[in-house]
Amino acid sequence: MNYILLFTMILASLFLVFAGMMTASLISPRSYNKQKGETYECGIPTQGATWVHFRAGYYLFSILFLMFDIETVFLFPWATIVQELGFKALMGILFFLFILVLGLAYAWRKKALEWK
Amino acid sequence: MFDFTTITTAIDQFLRSMMPAQFAIIVECILVAACALLAYVMFAIVMIFMERKVCAAFQCRLGPMRVGPWGLLQVFADVFKMLIKEIISINRSDSFLYRLAPYLVVMSSVLTFCCLPFAKGLQVLDFNMGVFFLMATSSFGVLGILLAGWSSNNKFSMIGAMRSGAQMISYELSIGLCMLTVVTLSGTMQISELVEQQHDAWFIFKGHLPAMLAFVIYLIAGNAETNRAPFDLPEAESELTAGFHTEYSGMHFGFFYVAEFMNLFIVAAIASTLFLGGWMPLHISGFDTFNMVMDYIPGIVWFLGKTFFIIWVLMWFRWTFPRLRIDQVPTLEWKYLVPIGLVNLLIMTVCVVMGWTF
Repeated sequence: MNYILLFTMILASLFLVFAGMMTASLISPRSYNKQKGETYECGIPTQGATWVHFRAGYYLFSILFLMFDIETVFLFPWATIVQELGFKALMGILFFLFILVLGLAYAWRKKALEWK
Repeated sequence: MFDFTTITTAIDQFLRSMMPAQFAIIVECILVAACALLAYVMFAIVMIFMERKVCAAFQCRLGPMRVGPWGLLQVFADVFKMLIKEIISINRSDSFLYRLAPYLVVMSSVLTFCCLPFAKGLQVLDFNMGVFFLMATSSFGVLGILLAGWSSNNKFSMIGAMRSGAQMISYELSIGLCMLTVVTLSGTMQISELVEQQHDAWFIFKGHLPAMLAFVIYLIAGNAETNRAPFDLPEAESELTAGFHTEYSGMHFGFFYVAEFMNLFIVAAIASTLFLGGWMPLHISGFDTFNMVMDYIPGIVWFLGKTFFIIWVLMWFRWTFPRLRIDQVPTLEWKYLVPIGLVNLLIMTVCVVMGWTF
């Protein structure tokens, strides 16, 4: 039943946006003007392409994010059974976090966490 | 506490007596979807009105007063105005992705909204790995934001979306770590069970120091996740026009606006569910009379009370703290919040293993 509801809610959210856009396009005015479609930047015609190579700093942060997010995925099942495992859970997490913090310390040392 | 499942089972049985089982399920799905969407839109309207009034109060103004008593109808007027605004299609945009972006943003916030426990039994999606599902759904909204910035062929949008994406994925880690801290304490990921476990004391009291630290980190990270001041760099008005939704007009923009406000509501609601007991009344073990008096207040009032209190605190943040510089945003996350979150998780594990919780 949960999965049927999940599917329903996905459809419903799509419907919400679709219905809103349809209503707006039905009752809103339409007028065509070549200037209207220009990019809203500085008033003068836009210079150069927008879709260019972007700086690598963002890429570094997304790699770091990937590392830590996968870690979160691994830790969630562990977190549910800490109370049953007891002391063993503590040893496990210490070892796991040690390797993880090593990665963070490496990134820190290499100045990957600075915004340049 | 009043259990809302009595109402839903009554409706279910009534529908099953009227028609075959498959039709009953379809009708129920439509009913649930209609109610959830209605609640979603109503909360968005309440939030926008509240934002204006709270903002006005902090600046010693009255806020909207003209349309309706105390300006109550102002937001409805604004929604109508937004509907009759022209939707401008821009030249040289990637038009498929440009149209897709609001769908993704709204879908993410609607699905997260459905996981919230408003009262006992009043919850649309209740998975056994609910907290994990919550993280998953709330994090793919960033995809819509990146698409919006990329596809609209505008340098301001592009920079705004990139900043927004970097900020949101960074601060999501802290949110994940704070949720992990709570899951470690409770030993379950199902949201309804998380709330049930707080019947003797809320998690913020049960987990004492680590839980309080996690709550504070969650508020900071949640504020950054919603792209609100003091973390509103992605749409810093003097530098980037309006950030990733610069090129959106009319109802297109309206959906981004609604999703942004609902994300604030969702962040506050998750904070109140995980740390402040959700719909569970304030119980102090040993004070039976006090607990009984508290039980008379319905669960939904407790839930909304806590949620709107946290929303009010977040709005207070907005008008109190100056905006961060762009180089301070990753520093705050990676050099302070993540290490503190990891150590906090470790402290919580030690507390749980040693039995040092209330």
